[in-house]
Amino acid sequence: MFRILFGIFLIISPTHVFALIEVDITRGNLNPLPIAVSPLSIDENSKKDLNKILKKKNIGSSISKIVETNLKISGLFNPLDKDAFLQAPDIANLKPRFEDWNLIKAQALITGKVDFVDEKLRVEFRLWDVLAGKEMMALAFTTVPSNWRRVGHIITDKVYERLTGEKGYFDTRIIYVAEEGPKTRRIKKLAIMDQDGANNKFLTLGNELVLTPRFNPTSQMVTYLSYFRNLPRVYLLDIETGMQEVVGDFPGMTFAPRFSPKGKKIIMSFAKDGNSDIYTMDLENRIVEKITNHPSIDTSPSYSPDGKYICFNSDRSGYQQIYVMNSDGSNVKRISFGKGLYGTPVWSPRGDLIAFTKLHKGKFYIGVMRTDGSGERLLTENFYQEAPSWSPNGRVLIFYRETKTDSKGEGFSAKLWSIDLTGYNERLVNTPTDASDPSWSSLLSN
Amino acid sequence: MKLYKIFKNAILITVACLALSACATSKKSTGQMQGDVYTGTDSVEYLASGVPDRVFFATNETVLTTASRETLRKQAAWLRKNSKISIVLEGHADERGTREYNLALGERRANSAKDYLMTYGISSDRISVLSYGKERPVDSGSNPLAWSKNRRSVTVKAN
Repeated sequence: MFRILFGIFLIISPTHVFALIEVDITRGNLNPLPIAVSPLSIDENSKKDLNKILKKKNIGSSISKIVETNLKISGLFNPLDKDAFLQAPDIANLKPRFEDWNLIKAQALITGKVDFVDEKLRVEFRLWDVLAGKEMMALAFTTVPSNWRRVGHIITDKVYERLTGEKGYFDTRIIYVAEEGPKTRRIKKLAIMDQDGANNKFLTLGNELVLTPRFNPTSQMVTYLSYFRNLPRVYLLDIETGMQEVVGDFPGMTFAPRFSPKGKKIIMSFAKDGNSDIYTMDLENRIVEKITNHPSIDTSPSYSPDGKYICFNSDRSGYQQIYVMNSDGSNVKRISFGKGLYGTPVWSPRGDLIAFTKLHKGKFYIGVMRTDGSGERLLTENFYQEAPSWSPNGRVLIFYRETKTDSKGEGFSAKLWSIDLTGYNERLVNTPTDASDPSWSSLLSN
Repeated sequence: MKLYKIFKNAILITVACLALSACATSKKSTGQMQGDVYTGTDSVEYLASGVPDRVFFATNETVLTTASRETLRKQAAWLRKNSKISIVLEGHADERGTREYNLALGERRANSAKDYLMTYGISSDRISVLSYGKERPVDSGSNPLAWSKNRRSVTVKAN
């Protein structure tokens, strides 16, 4: 499904100009960049043909709507109201009248064009610096029409990268656990959706309890915990084929799985006789290695992106804390020393930070710290929340939060939320049902 | 004046009633917990007459309380008499913890119960262990009493 090829052409390579607009993403952005997303222009024939296939009256507007929503959600951009646009989309794409766009205070402008050629959707777009009166980027894509949403996401990624200097995270998916029913008999299913909540699909039926799905680096495989036949074991699922297999031949519970950075191994906990240790299994030769050997609980392992280190959760000090060790299990060091309990460490894709859940005085926090434990920053506090997962560019965390909706503590809800690394821009992520345990994919178009 | 006195008495009585009922409710919740270990019976089921099916734990703890040991000795005696019965020990945690750690904690709690049953002569062949972490609370409330009921190891007949 992810392998559908996109033809991407550079129309005009952007001449290397300096002093063009830039967006700083390292701080909480209180002044999002005003940007005008002009609807992509489309001729009447293409409009009619594509409407027949996609049931969208104006696919040009639909794609630009996706770009606009993505940019807004990033918190870094302020897409301007279309009613104020003076120039028609087709003319703007040829040559914007920068004075008009300047007048409505747009600093950047996105224009473009959609065609239906040889049963394919062809989309071109341009990014303009309104103040400098210059074109910053021009690209075109050709793909099957059903990929139209992804085109919107890829355009956003390109614009984000051009304006912030970092890769985007919009052409991505989220795998998570869809939940329904009362707490005492909760039904849980694996589900997958686009980053913006579209194209939601359930991957299991809900006959058995499933927990903690995580993508492999290519986002085609998922490892998760299933209670199939009441035996909690780590499984592997191929998203395209639906093939499932149990990982390893362990006599007790295996849980807390994640892939190694190259996707060749699964790292997980194995519990037996009241003791949980961390193991890896090589997916090619099926060799199992024991990484930790301690009578305490060792769980929630996560590799550093270079594969040299592992952070994990252990209560060897008496309570849950975060530790880092070499990937062979040597040189174990505790890194969390703040007040409270620490769990679910997960290494940032940029390598410099570890995100975690913290419990202190009856509150749950999502936070980040450097890999030596210094610089702890708590991003969000709530009654109950856990399980952060990084966006592929390491700028946003997605996690889940449960809220008790009445004073008796009954009638609760579980939802996915995202927050920027800066601690700003906290947002509810739409899901059709209650949701937990999110895992963010890599960029699919890479 | 008299009317005022009656009115005043009525208020006093109402206040007293309120105080009493407040006492009754708070007593109910503290009466079912010692420290933060559940000591009530309303969620307990029975394997046989006089043999409770579950034991309870303190927050983040896996040690058996005196009451838990007494329950497990009753279970062991019953299992010795019914030697064909195998059991599953289902370990649980409350919702105030991270999911993966709680899976490990539930496993450890069930194993505390298993170890104790084994010291009272029950063969490990007859016992399997299953942790649900915080996935299967018995009380869906989000309050200390509900959490205390949920931190448990439940002995279930396997056959």
